[in-house]
Amino acid sequence: MTIKPVFDETKCDGCGLCVTVCRCGALEMQNDVVKIIEVAHCGWCMDCELVCATGALQCPFEIVTLDT
Amino acid sequence: MTINAENLGKLKYFAGLEPGQLSNMTLLFTEKAFVKGQTIIAEDDVNEQVHFVSSGVVKIFKTSSEGKEQIIKLVRPGESFNDIPVFNQGPCPYSAQALGNAVIYRIDRKDLLPMMKSNWTVTANALAAVAEQSRLLLQLVEDLSFKNVTGRVAKILLQHSVPGPEGAPRLTQYEMAAMAGTAREVVGRSLKALEDGGAIRLEGHRMVIVDKEYLKQLAGLN
Ligand code: SF4
Ligand code: SF4
Repeated sequence: MTIKPVFDETKCDGCGLCVTVCRCGALEMQNDVVKIIEVAHCGWCMDCELVCATGALQCPFEIVTLDT
Repeated sequence: MTINAENLGKLKYFAGLEPGQLSNMTLLFTEKAFVKGQTIIAEDDVNEQVHFVSSGVVKIFKTSSEGKEQIIKLVRPGESFNDIPVFNQGPCPYSAQALGNAVIYRIDRKDLLPMMKSNWTVTANALAAVAEQSRLLLQLVEDLSFKNVTGRVAKILLQHSVPGPEGAPRLTQYEMAAMAGTAREVVGRSLKALEDGGAIRLEGHRMVIVDKEYLKQLAGLN
């Protein structure tokens, strides 16, 4: 399964900053709305989440322990 | 993109100016484009220009002698950086790097100061911008020196982890910051410290708790 950031269109103001910082090409601006494209390798750098001032883009971590 | 009155008017320093006033100023600015990852100013550089982000995002950060980075703030379109050395004359106390492609406007101290002298709106805006930066820095000082953020983050991770990998709770750094009562930048630093100390391992979107006992110790749960 390809993992990609979680996007909430209702919070997005179309500023486009996330697209300018993404290093994997997963984010694109289409008609002033961000589209998240399935790409093989989003490195989870979280830069898109970092620059998004509205909280529309989120990169949540799954927190797991090694032991059972 | 050329420096026109409309673009200048979008900068916080020049908010509230008449189009005619803005037009008269455009020649005092220079514009430079930076590519993703490019350093705009390095810590200790001597540079007497206030920088304004016209487009893109700029990361302001400090680096420790061991190479550890602490993000101080992000500068978004309309905001400024390198104001401190311009008003206080000395080397730049931080580094500035373009997070993505960015267009920066710059004005020299020798052109800005006369402008501030003759225009109270610009002076008030500049003071507000610098005061806002001071407030943010004080908040950061408080978070870094008085709060045991790493301990709080360790506790949050323990509380939200499951023997993985299925059905693990998902938490963003913003959510962790809200729970720890701090800023995302400070949480980022704590996670890095935990990773460097061998307590956790980051594997893309998965955070693996490697040393539960150490986390418990940091969280004060032992
Ligand atoms: S986490 Fe990084 S690589 Fe992945 S979509 Fe966001 S900016 Fe792009
Ligand atoms: S940075 Fe956030 S608000 Fe701006 S375009 Fe991207 S998702 Fe939308």
